[in-house]
Amino acid sequence: MEECSSDESLNSRQLSAHSLSSSSRSRSERCSPARTPTAPISDPDISTPLSQVRGKTPAKDHLELLVNEVVEIETKDVTYICPFVGAVRGTLTITNYRLFFRSVTREPVFVLDLPLGVISKVEKIGGASNRGDVSYGLICKDMRNLRFVHKQPDDSLKKSVFDVMSKFAFPLSNNLSLFAFEYNQVFPENGWKVFDALAEYKRQGLPNESWRISKVNDRYELCDSYPAALVVPVTVTDDELRRVATFRARGRIPVLSWLHPQSQAAVVRSGQPMSGVSGKRCRDDEKLLQAVMDANAQSHKLFIFDARPSSNATANKMKGGGYESEDAYQNAELVFLDIHNIHVMRESLRKLKEVVYPNIEESHWLSNLKATHWLEHIKVILAGAVKMAEKVECSKTSVVIHCSDGWDRTAQLSSLCMLMLDSHFRTIRGFQILIEKEWVSYGHRFQQRVGHGDQNHTDADRSPIFLQFIDCVWQITQQFPAAFEFNEYFLLTLLDHLYSCLFGTFLFNSEQQRVTEEAQKRTVSLWSFINSQWEEFVNPLYVHYDTHVLFPSVSIRHLQLWTSYYIRWNPRLRPQEPLHQRYKELLAKKAELQKRMEELQREVVNRASASPERAGSPTVPAPTINTFI
Amino acid sequence: MLSLGSGGAKSTKPSFVSYVTPEEIKSEKESQKKERHPNLLPGEVVFCSASPVLKHTQDDLSQRGIFGTLLCTNFRVSFVSDETPLEETTQHFRNKLYGENDIPLMCVDHVYGVYDEKRKLITGGFLANKYPSKFIIHCKDLRVFQFCLTYTKEEDAKKIFRGIVHHCLEPKSLKCVFAFAYAHAARPEMYTAEKTVMFDSSADWMQEMKRTKGNCRLVTNNENFELSTKLPKYFIIPAAVTDEDLGQFPGSGLPIWCWSHHSGCALFKSSSVPTNQEDGVVQAYVERMLQAVAQNHLYSVKTEDLSETLPTIQDIQQSYTKFKQFFLIDNSTDFWVSDVKWFSSLESSGWLEMIRQCLYKAVEVVECLEKENTNVLIMEEEGTDLCCVISSLVQIMLDSHYRTLAGFQGLVQKEWVAGCHAFLDRCNHLHQKDKECQSPIFLLFLECVWQLVQQHETAFQFSETYLTVLSDSVHVPIFSTFLFNSAHQMESTMKAESQYSQRGPLTCPAVWDWSVQFDCKAQQLFLNPLYSEKLKQEKTLRRVPRGKQHQRQLSLPSSAFKTPPKKGFFKDEADSLKKLLRVKRLSRWMVSPESPVAGSTSEFYEAWQRRPPDPHGLLLPCLSGPTMRLWMQRCLRWIPDSQIVGGGPVAVTSKLAELLAQVQELQSQLEPRGCCENQAVSHRLQPCPIAFTRTSVRLSSSFPFATGRTWYSKPAIPTSLLHSLMVSDKLASQDDESSEVISFV
Repeated sequence: MEECSSDESLNSRQLSAHSLSSSSRSRSERCSPARTPTAPISDPDISTPLSQVRGKTPAKDHLELLVNEVVEIETKDVTYICPFVGAVRGTLTITNYRLFFRSVTREPVFVLDLPLGVISKVEKIGGASNRGDVSYGLICKDMRNLRFVHKQPDDSLKKSVFDVMSKFAFPLSNNLSLFAFEYNQVFPENGWKVFDALAEYKRQGLPNESWRISKVNDRYELCDSYPAALVVPVTVTDDELRRVATFRARGRIPVLSWLHPQSQAAVVRSGQPMSGVSGKRCRDDEKLLQAVMDANAQSHKLFIFDARPSSNATANKMKGGGYESEDAYQNAELVFLDIHNIHVMRESLRKLKEVVYPNIEESHWLSNLKATHWLEHIKVILAGAVKMAEKVECSKTSVVIHCSDGWDRTAQLSSLCMLMLDSHFRTIRGFQILIEKEWVSYGHRFQQRVGHGDQNHTDADRSPIFLQFIDCVWQITQQFPAAFEFNEYFLLTLLDHLYSCLFGTFLFNSEQQRVTEEAQKRTVSLWSFINSQWEEFVNPLYVHYDTHVLFPSVSIRHLQLWTSYYIRWNPRLRPQEPLHQRYKELLAKKAELQKRMEELQREVVNRASASPERAGSPTVPAPTINTFI
Repeated sequence: MLSLGSGGAKSTKPSFVSYVTPEEIKSEKESQKKERHPNLLPGEVVFCSASPVLKHTQDDLSQRGIFGTLLCTNFRVSFVSDETPLEETTQHFRNKLYGENDIPLMCVDHVYGVYDEKRKLITGGFLANKYPSKFIIHCKDLRVFQFCLTYTKEEDAKKIFRGIVHHCLEPKSLKCVFAFAYAHAARPEMYTAEKTVMFDSSADWMQEMKRTKGNCRLVTNNENFELSTKLPKYFIIPAAVTDEDLGQFPGSGLPIWCWSHHSGCALFKSSSVPTNQEDGVVQAYVERMLQAVAQNHLYSVKTEDLSETLPTIQDIQQSYTKFKQFFLIDNSTDFWVSDVKWFSSLESSGWLEMIRQCLYKAVEVVECLEKENTNVLIMEEEGTDLCCVISSLVQIMLDSHYRTLAGFQGLVQKEWVAGCHAFLDRCNHLHQKDKECQSPIFLLFLECVWQLVQQHETAFQFSETYLTVLSDSVHVPIFSTFLFNSAHQMESTMKAESQYSQRGPLTCPAVWDWSVQFDCKAQQLFLNPLYSEKLKQEKTLRRVPRGKQHQRQLSLPSSAFKTPPKKGFFKDEADSLKKLLRVKRLSRWMVSPESPVAGSTSEFYEAWQRRPPDPHGLLLPCLSGPTMRLWMQRCLRWIPDSQIVGGGPVAVTSKLAELLAQVQELQSQLEPRGCCENQAVSHRLQPCPIAFTRTSVRLSSSFPFATGRTWYSKPAIPTSLLHSLMVSDKLASQDDESSEVISFV
């Protein structure tokens, strides 16, 4: 039997059987080793008992505390009403970081483990029943709602588990600090070192003869939501920049985000011009955009993309905002990209959640999905980014992108456009840089959009802008499955930690805030965690095409609902086995054979030198080759 | 046979004012010198031709085109470009029978004439002298062609248009189908020996029964179609059916064995007994048949009348007619306009829902066989439409043999071809006016299989491309496979045709002889590089007892050895149930009282889902709305606007193929030379990676179809998107930062 194994094992069940027991399975992957903290939230399996039946890994069915995590309260006899398996009775534990529910009444053990950060709202449902039971609903930011029932404590002075939960779920509303400031796990790599603005600009060939790095915002005085290092045309002085800042919304002046290595066409981002009803102009601003155009010798045109629908842009004039008039900006063409605002997006996601959680209405699935408009919004955003990328790549023309403030839609578009144009951003590290640069340093208001630790769940500043961006990225990865170094699990992990408040990466509104809060000293970067277990996030099919520009199809026929994110809590929709497991097996097989080959070659060389009389023999001993894999 | 003449020599220079590009003018001049012909197949005759004809390219709105000659032969409508074809290095997936600009006559779906900018559907029998300035051909494989006759000489234009309308749209007789001309002319020894079991001999059926350990009776009485012309030549029935019953209602009501489960229960299908018979006689007969099925193994039996719960063949036809319109797109504008309505259009067509219903029904049958170990009898009016769909799907889900390439082909032979699915009528190959019979049942089956392939990528030996090619081949009039309504029709027609043959009996190739269409290299694309093959040890084991493979499955709570149902149960219980069910078309299974009620299927699915994946065990589809997907390769491959250059599934496939090649290469290097194991290994089907010429070209998502076209690297983006998004509430006009209002002094 042994002889054929080396061939057979390629496709063999044994191989997969082997991997079942190993901890490298992709599903179990999500259950990371003990030292890593993500297991709870990023493993969708944990929430349902089904996952554990498959017995791929010993699922984490007991509470493993993170560094500085403390149990605040533990209550027995709590019932979790699971929409998929029904009521489950067990013990509910609240720590300063997570909610942990465990039930042993069922086989297998049922575990629910989530960071308190994902909770958006805790509500008491109905009054106490005659049996003294109270029911609580938790509305979560990650597309699920949880419902618990427990007995009201006899002693009314004693705090119930849900009072404690509310306190720690919304630390900022209770004068506590986020858990990220407590958590001080040390990882082999320091993720705060991943992004260095100057190094990234250097990679893009900046500064050069047309562009300089200005220190005008060194102390965040020009614009408090911009980073310290700004790339601007050499011909524009810092004084002129200061005057431009008064003309752009929130001082967010046009600055370079990306430069095409060959054509020198640039992607530039800014806030809206404050032209107002009167059509006010600013000569310095006009000069700056002219300089942007001049910096690119290939084209005598400039495209200004206003991400908003034109009606909204016009309406903004009433409030002092507006858009560039083509009279004031010679040779510039203004294009509206028709992307709706944060409120529309929030509403769309709310509808989507209604449609997918907990149950899907099969007979009207498509029309229900359509009614959410979620995929149409994704389409419009992608189309906008493709338009920009096309102008830069095919027309060799520089583009300016802005919306109202330049930190939501602008961030989505500039980062998606750069992702399409520059293969560097499609690597794991490159993507981290892209997020650090276009989102974090350019002031996407993560704190406000997510509402970390804040109990005001109706806050109109909350909106799933970053989620929408990640969805767009996922759509592109679906269309170009070999073009990205990272896998779907990487994107899922990112989204989980957007809410978890475990890492400092997504906690703040701006670079300035990060600095004042001493984020680098007081919190851990998400990239520390991710880069310390790199192999979990690698796409086994990745092919590094250096020069390839990706133009995804924006036809809605090609867009799919990201079921493994939006519907991941529904056990029925989970694949039996994730496919990339099989790819991984192949890669492992290849690596192993390669290793063996090298070993044998070395052996041959060694023997040749040791016993010259046998040097000519090409055969290698069979037994060493056909090892059972 | 009406021939419109072969055109004759045409050397007249067309006089027109050109507004085309210089290259086109140049090529146009060349065309005067010679009239090009496609490479004609054996037996192919040119009926008429016209030149120059302008073929519009769909690629953009500028409506540019290529000049060339348009021909109509007894096999196809063919456009031969005047431009010298580019040396196509990437065209390794060339169909040997017809090219990219050829439309087999059977493949023509609709012809539209454009008269004064108005599009008009041309129907058969259309003999107006006025020929259109432009006409559009919609093909059954979803290609769209636009030909412009403005520059063609009037006489030629009239001839070619009438010729195409006549040969593509008007009713014709079976013997005019090109397959026979081809069979007469082609050398029969061309066809290589088949690996596919054809189920045209009693031995094949016996072997199949042995393989599945069935315990029924093979009927050979119909060898010369004495029992019925509607029944297969050979078929298998429960042992208890008497010879007397066999002939009682010729061809109808017989429970025909499809497949046996390892537990001993089996799947049967039957047609309904004509209702004009005396009630009592029919009742007694049906009762006897059911008893026969039940006694087969002392298990209870469940019957399912598919016409009660599944859509009718007319519904299916209607749904598909709506569905295909979304892909028969003339230009970019239409594409983006229809993109806006995409989800509602898709839902209103109901096509995905039909696929879901079929899969759902199949899962229900699987549950009965696998979990409850009852015999199942599926029934239908003819017993050869949805019965074929359901029984084939059930077998694919339960038996991994049918997930291999050869096994799948055998299944199509067994259930569809030998099983007498009326391909000729359902595909309307002969353009009959009466379209009642037309329905894409076989395509519906392929769609269902595609969903399974999508969801279980390691379980199938064949690829998505294979299914797409198979769906195309239905409309290629060369193969005997899809040409007849029954085994009887096939045999009698072939016999009649053979009279005119000088070289003995005629043979048409089966579609399974893929070398007729594709070379070996191209055939590699039929294989799924991710397929996990069975270990060889198991292969040998399987021939002996089939135990090992199914041990796991037996762990399910099984209710084997149920008492046979009470006499009369079916009538009483079922009747009241039936009434209930009729209200809702999509009703549940008619269950016996002791079985679990509705919702059991989802439990069954969940129980299965919890088990470790086994590509060679039971396979169930997830049937939730979001998992029912569009067969993009088949539907979108010809639409330029939907191409993803450098992306699509081929990016994965090529990378995988490359990886596999590396692994194989390393393995072969490590393999001790001259070892006898090598031989044993090498004969197995292994996808080879040669089909991909990577790095040189960026393949598009339509690969391997439409590769001859050059896609614009520029992305296609709709001009206006906003009107698609009717966000009319207050939110849309709100400010992003509601908390702070920008004050402006």
